[in-house]
Amino acid sequence: MYKLFLPLIIFGFPMALQAQTVVSGKVTDARKKPLAGVNISLVGSYDGATSAKDGTFTFTTVEKGERLITASLTGFGSIEVKTDLASNAPLILILKETVNELKMVTISAGSFEASDEKKNTVLKPLDIVTTAGANADIVSALKTLPGAQQVGEKEGLFVRGGTGAETQTFIDGMLVRNPFSSGMPDFAARGRFSPFLFKGTTFSSGGYSAQYGQGLSSALVLESVDLPERSSYTLGVGSVGPAVGVDKLSKDKKKGYGIELDYVNLWPYFKIVKQKQDPVVAPEFLNGSANYRIKTSRTGMLKFFVMGSRGRFGFRGESLDYPGYDEEFRLTNHYLYTNVSWRESLGNGWKLQLGTSYSTNRDRITMDTIGKQPEPTRIRTRQDLSQFRAVLSKNMGKFSVLRLGSEYQYATEASRFNQFGGEFVDSYTASFAEADVYFTPRFVGRLGARYEYSSLLRSPNIAPRASIAYKVDAKSQVALAYGEFYQKPEQQYLRFDHNLGYMRATHYIASYQHISQFRVFRTEVFYKQYHNLIKTVPGYNNNGKGYAKGAELFWRDKKLIKNADYWISYSWLDTKRDHLNFPYEVRPDFAAEHTATLVYKHFIPEWQLNLGATYSFATGRPYFNPNRPPNEFMADRTRNLNTLSLNINYLTTVGKAFTVFVLTLTNAVGNEQQYGFRYSADKLRRRVVEPMAPRFVYIGMFMSFGMDRRQEMIDRQ
Amino acid sequence: MKSIIAYFLLLAVVTANGQDRYEAAMKQQVGLLDSASTFNPASLKALGNTFERIADAEKTQWLPYYYASYCLVNEAFMTEDKTKVDPIADKAALMAEKAVALKGEDSELSCLLSLIAVSRIAVDPMTRGAKYGTESAELLDKAKQQNPENPRVYLLAGQNLLFTPEAFGGSKTKGKELLNLALQKFSTFKPESGISPRWGEAYTKELLKMP
Repeated sequence: MYKLFLPLIIFGFPMALQAQTVVSGKVTDARKKPLAGVNISLVGSYDGATSAKDGTFTFTTVEKGERLITASLTGFGSIEVKTDLASNAPLILILKETVNELKMVTISAGSFEASDEKKNTVLKPLDIVTTAGANADIVSALKTLPGAQQVGEKEGLFVRGGTGAETQTFIDGMLVRNPFSSGMPDFAARGRFSPFLFKGTTFSSGGYSAQYGQGLSSALVLESVDLPERSSYTLGVGSVGPAVGVDKLSKDKKKGYGIELDYVNLWPYFKIVKQKQDPVVAPEFLNGSANYRIKTSRTGMLKFFVMGSRGRFGFRGESLDYPGYDEEFRLTNHYLYTNVSWRESLGNGWKLQLGTSYSTNRDRITMDTIGKQPEPTRIRTRQDLSQFRAVLSKNMGKFSVLRLGSEYQYATEASRFNQFGGEFVDSYTASFAEADVYFTPRFVGRLGARYEYSSLLRSPNIAPRASIAYKVDAKSQVALAYGEFYQKPEQQYLRFDHNLGYMRATHYIASYQHISQFRVFRTEVFYKQYHNLIKTVPGYNNNGKGYAKGAELFWRDKKLIKNADYWISYSWLDTKRDHLNFPYEVRPDFAAEHTATLVYKHFIPEWQLNLGATYSFATGRPYFNPNRPPNEFMADRTRNLNTLSLNINYLTTVGKAFTVFVLTLTNAVGNEQQYGFRYSADKLRRRVVEPMAPRFVYIGMFMSFGMDRRQEMIDRQ
Repeated sequence: MKSIIAYFLLLAVVTANGQDRYEAAMKQQVGLLDSASTFNPASLKALGNTFERIADAEKTQWLPYYYASYCLVNEAFMTEDKTKVDPIADKAALMAEKAVALKGEDSELSCLLSLIAVSRIAVDPMTRGAKYGTESAELLDKAKQQNPENPRVYLLAGQNLLFTPEAFGGSKTKGKELLNLALQKFSTFKPESGISPRWGEAYTKELLKMP
């Protein structure tokens, strides 16, 4: 009996299941737009289908009864519906878009961010440094962005009517004192830090976060790199000196160290290419840096960085005050910078960042009008800064973040001017609280406030900051920002006790930006009010004031021309201020009305050539002519500025080493660059303020072993 | 007693039937990968979805995840709008990781992960070339250690050399040497089963025809 029955069970039972049901339907998004490529699946079986272009799907199944059906598509949340297979009604499935970084609105007013990690940025770190004429100087590259002035005679970023001192530099959240090499009057020096030390650079032209303080106009926020991709060695020889580097990554990729050394001597170059002044001490710079980074856990990272440099130079030129006599300027500089930072996730959305930093800068300057002064003027200065910083952040909800932080800075300054001396010590403490609140993924607000106290000024301040941004569509967003910014007076005014207080600026910014795969368009208007600026006339006081307003445009396009990438920046600036010895509110000497730059980069793959050009334009800036009556203060204008810089890089391999040959030409056409004029004390003679030479040429060869770091080496030049 | 035997027999038959069903379904779908008409984004998406459905229903088989990931990475390569590549590559990586979780470290899976890394370069070659190129090369080294006889190791390494500009360390001659080595390995390679990875031989020949 059983024997008869068994085959029936074995073969009959599965056969009975073969009766098929048809399941069909349509998938759409929340706005009823059909979705293609959706995976519709009957849970527990292979049965299912992929939706067609019109969102429809159909499949057959042998399953029966009430079953679960799932629908999933990349970029959308999966759904699960219970359905009775017996019913023939078409299934209507609606998927909701998930929110990712690209679809989210970001705080954008006033800031240009370059980052590899974040996707919605206007620039990449490489862009900053592949810019012709920038010669791998972060600040020079940022001068191609709207908001920055083409100031060539002083260090720093002059942003939206602010002085260079109104921009502060931060590394891993910590303030950097003396971020520029020591130079001589009327000649801007380079930044001390190589752009390759940083994985992220944010240049804020106003309205920046409450995490940072002490910059009336702008913050340059640099984030140091983590571990390298792999070990490498680099060797470079250029027309100004050699450089070597090692970047070592451990086998387990959990720690690594790096050492870099470079030596620059401009003597041979200055002997060949005539400079405006004669070098009497060979301009010589020796820089060394070392870092060690270790992953302390899956989410923890500890980083040590130390950088030291020494430099010296001396120049001689004809004296403006004593015709026929020579003036000499000699400088020796020693600088040390250290930074230790640690970050770790504490779980539950809490993150902790701790940092400490110490820097010391010493300058010895000798100035002499030979034969006219019994003794040369000697200046000695030393600036030290020690600081600690702790930031605790907490993720709230899906995207919102709360940040709480505190910092302490201990700054000392000692200076001697011949037999006169001045020194001060400032203990500065600050705390901030700031929240990025996502009301919806398309609408974000950032609210924060910063409290600061300086022992030197003996007074506290509270600086509120706020910004909102709204995503109009997938590619564009509008943003508004407001903030109060305080800054201590510069050290030359703090050296002696003048009972000075904070300077203050209020920013208002409105911006619009449109970012697509190959194009970026951005425009901003701003208004900035200055209060309590330092005046030196009649005595030192805080009674200065001023304003700046303007409009800016930025356009970047990687599509129009094949293998090419270009961007255009334009800034219009209306500003007046009454500070220092100004008799009344007037456009200051560092502010041009119109500034524009064009950056163009072209790659020729067949020849492995990278060509780059940067053209900068600025209308003439005011300068002080003492022969004018007092009511015509700063009435004169310099010539318009026009410079064109070029670079060419040739990529190849020599043996096993990736090699690049570099040629750069700054101000290729040799246009006159008038930054201003200096007058003799008797007002009879004047001298134009301009670079040491109209052009600068650089030739170099760089090799890297291990990983391909040529892109980086190109950019170093 | 006899009814118990009958029950077990029935169970065995149904289970065997399930195993057959898996083999049959996989064989049919894997077969589609031999057809050139499959290699467009829409068909690859549909096929990848099918593999994903099989994977989710089976839960213990690594090959459906492997093929789901393989379809996705090919889709990533064929996607014109490069802003859409990362989400596809992310999903391919997720599927590959599920396969690794079931199978453990494996030469074929290392090859697949290497291919996923390469697919991400196209999004922004200037900034990503170094990072993902390195990652891809390291994964291929690993795949070679795991199975030096796997022809796909040499195919992918050769392909990488072929498509990297000479100045960035690429080499047409070295690339072709590796592709020829891949062909040799293909001639002796025995897939573990009828549905185990075996793709690449025809593609290697295509690559070798390139000038």
